[in-house]
Amino acid sequence: MIMKKTFELEDLDCANCAAKMEAGIRKIDGVKDATVSYIAQKLTIEADDDRFEAILKEAVKICKSIEPDCTILLK
Amino acid sequence: MQLLSKKQRKMLLRIVIAAVLFVPLLVLELTGVSEEWAWYIALPVHLVPYLIVGYDVLRKAARNICHGRIFDENFLMCIATLGAIAVGEYPEAVEVMLFFQIGELLQAIAVRRSRRSVSDLMDIRPDYANVERDGELLRVDPGDVQIGEIILVKPGEKVPLDGVVIEGSSNLDTAALTGESLPRGVAAGSELISGCVNMSGALKARVTKPYGESTVAKILDLVENASSAKAKSEGFITRFAKYYTPAVVLLALLLAVVPPVFLGDFPKWIRLALTCLVVSCPCALVISVPLTFFAGIGGAAREGILVKGANRLEELAKVQTVVFDKTGTLTSGRFTVTVVHPDRMAEEELLYLAAAAECYSDHPISLSLKQAYKKEIDRTKVASVEEIAGRGVRAVIDGKTVLVGNERLMLDHKIVPTECCHAEHRGTLVHVAVNGVYAGHVEICDELKPDAAETIRLLRPRKTVILTGDHASVGEDVAARLGVDEVHCDLLPADKVMKVEALLQSKPASSALAFVGDGINDAPVLSRADVGIAMGALGSDAAIEAADIVLMDDKPSKVTTAIRASRRTLRIVRENVVFSLAVKVGVLIAEIIMTSLGSNSDMTLAAFADVGVLVLAVLNATRALRVK
Repeated sequence: MIMKKTFELEDLDCANCAAKMEAGIRKIDGVKDATVSYIAQKLTIEADDDRFEAILKEAVKICKSIEPDCTILLK
Repeated sequence: MQLLSKKQRKMLLRIVIAAVLFVPLLVLELTGVSEEWAWYIALPVHLVPYLIVGYDVLRKAARNICHGRIFDENFLMCIATLGAIAVGEYPEAVEVMLFFQIGELLQAIAVRRSRRSVSDLMDIRPDYANVERDGELLRVDPGDVQIGEIILVKPGEKVPLDGVVIEGSSNLDTAALTGESLPRGVAAGSELISGCVNMSGALKARVTKPYGESTVAKILDLVENASSAKAKSEGFITRFAKYYTPAVVLLALLLAVVPPVFLGDFPKWIRLALTCLVVSCPCALVISVPLTFFAGIGGAAREGILVKGANRLEELAKVQTVVFDKTGTLTSGRFTVTVVHPDRMAEEELLYLAAAAECYSDHPISLSLKQAYKKEIDRTKVASVEEIAGRGVRAVIDGKTVLVGNERLMLDHKIVPTECCHAEHRGTLVHVAVNGVYAGHVEICDELKPDAAETIRLLRPRKTVILTGDHASVGEDVAARLGVDEVHCDLLPADKVMKVEALLQSKPASSALAFVGDGINDAPVLSRADVGIAMGALGSDAAIEAADIVLMDDKPSKVTTAIRASRRTLRIVRENVVFSLAVKVGVLIAEIIMTSLGSNSDMTLAAFADVGVLVLAVLNATRALRVK
C-alpha cells in the first residue's frame, strides 16, 4: 500500500534548500514521490505504508542536514 | 499569524545591532580616520558587526562544504566577504553581508505574506459541525459526522458538509467557492454545498457525503496540492541555478587571474572578481519564479478558478484553440419558449394546450412550456395522457383530443404541419393539433448564457470551436449567433474525443488546445485536451478529477479570465527573469569597465543592486495575486 502524507514545515527559509531536500528525500528507499514546496512550506511524501515511519525519520535527518533551522511539524 | 516569525524577528534584531555598530565605523572611514589604523585594530572592530549579522551564513557555507554541496548563495557570499577582508576592505565586507541578510529577510517576509493572503482567501475550511444526536445538538469535528445524520447550520456559519436541506430556507454566500457575489437561495429539498456561508436563516440538512469526499475537502486538497506540480520554467530556473553558480565562480577566478597577468595590479582585479560574486547571486531568480506562480494560482482561486498546478497555468497561457462542448458551457441547458405560432387560435390558447398536454412530464421541454404559460394548470381538465415514445403525447383536454409533439407525430396522424414562417428558425419545434386539425407550433430554444457572446469575442484571435450532440440546425445557429469559427454537430461522446484528436493534430505545435466542458460525460475529452477546463463543477467528482482547471461557477467568461490570469502570471515571470539578469549583467559590465579604466570596483554597489533586484522581483511577483 502506498500512503500519501503532507507535513508542514517551519522556518524553511531558502528555495534552494527546498529543492535539495526534495531531491534527497526522493532518493530514500521506498519513497515513490516527494515534494518540498518552499512557497507552501509543505512536505508531501508518497511512500510504502509499512516503511513510512522509518522513511519519515530519514527525511527529518536529511532536512536537518541541509537546513538546520527547519523543522518538520509531525502531527 | 504574526507579520514575522520568531526566527525572522531574531534576524531583524541582528541586522539592527550590526548596523548600529557599523555606522560609527562608516563615519570614521569616510572622514579618513580609520585609514590610519593598523590591521590588528581595524580587523577586530569590523569583525564584530560582520559576525553578528553573518555568522549563520558562514556556518551554513561550512556545513554545506562538509556535505559536499558547495555552490550556493551562502558560499558566494562567504568567498566575497572573506575575500574582501583578505584584501583589507573591511567596511565593504560588513556592508555586503548586511545587504545580503536584509535581502534574505525581506524575501522571507514577502513569501510569508503572500502565503498568508492566499490561505486567507481559501478560508473555507469548516471548524465544526452542529449535529443532532439522540435529540441533542452536539458540536463535533466535521470529520466525525456520518452520512445520513442531521446537521444544523445557523446564520453566519459555514456549511460544514455536503447535504440536502430538510428544513428552513436561507441565502448562501458562495463567494469563497465561486467568486460570485450574488447569494444563492436554498429551501427544503435544495442541495447544500459545503464551504458556503449561511447568511440569513437556520437550516437543517441531511448529510450526503462524508467530510473527506465533501466539496470543501476536495477543493482544499486541490489548492494545497497545486503548488507541488512545478512549471517547466520553474524547473528551468532550478537547472539554471545549478550551472549558473559554478559558472560565476569560474568567471570570477578568470577575472582575478587572467587580466592582471597582462595589466598587473592584482588587488584591483581580485576586488572585481569578488564584486562579480556578489552581484551574481541567483536568489532573485530562484525565488521569484515559484512565488509568481503561487501568487497567480492563489489569485485565480479567489476568482473561483482552480488551477491544478503551475504547469497547467503555463500551458493555459499558450492556448490558441478553445473547444466548447455547447450545452452547459455556452448555453445554459435550460429551454425557453421563443416563438408561438398559432394557426387558428390565440397564442395563449395554443400555449395552454401544449402545456396542459405535457403537464405530467418532467422533460426540460415540458418544463419550459409550463414556464411560458405562467398560469397554474388545472389537471382535472386533462384526461388520458398517453406518451408516444420519440413522438410526443396525446391527451384529452376539455373533451378535445390534443396531439403535442414533433413533426413525425403529426405525419403519423396524417396532419400536415405548416412550415415555420419564422425566418431564423433555430430551436426545436413542438407542433400542436386539435381533433385532427393542425393548430400551430411553439419553438423552444436552449438559452444562450448572457456572457457567451462576449466570451467568444474576447477569445479572439484564438480559434473557437463548438462540439455538440445537437442537430446541425441548432448547433450552427448557436455558432453563427456567437461568431464561433467552427462547429461540429450530431456528435456522440466518442466522436467528440476524435474531433479533439483531429484538432490537436492540426494546431501549431507551440500552441495549446483547451477543451471546455460542463463536466457531464466529457471526462475523456477533458483529459485528452492540452488543457481540460470543467465548468460549474461544484459537486461533480469526475470532472474535478479529469480537468486541469476547474471553474467553480458556470460562467463561460471565467475561461477568458483564467487565460488572462495565466498570461499575466507568465509575463511577470518573464519580466522578473529578464529584469534581474539585465541588472546583474549591467552592473557587472559597469564594474569591469570601471576596473579596466583604473578606478576601483564598487562592491557595495553590487550588493545593493543584488538586494534591490530581489526586492523588486518579489514585489512584482505578488502582483500576480490580483487577477482582475
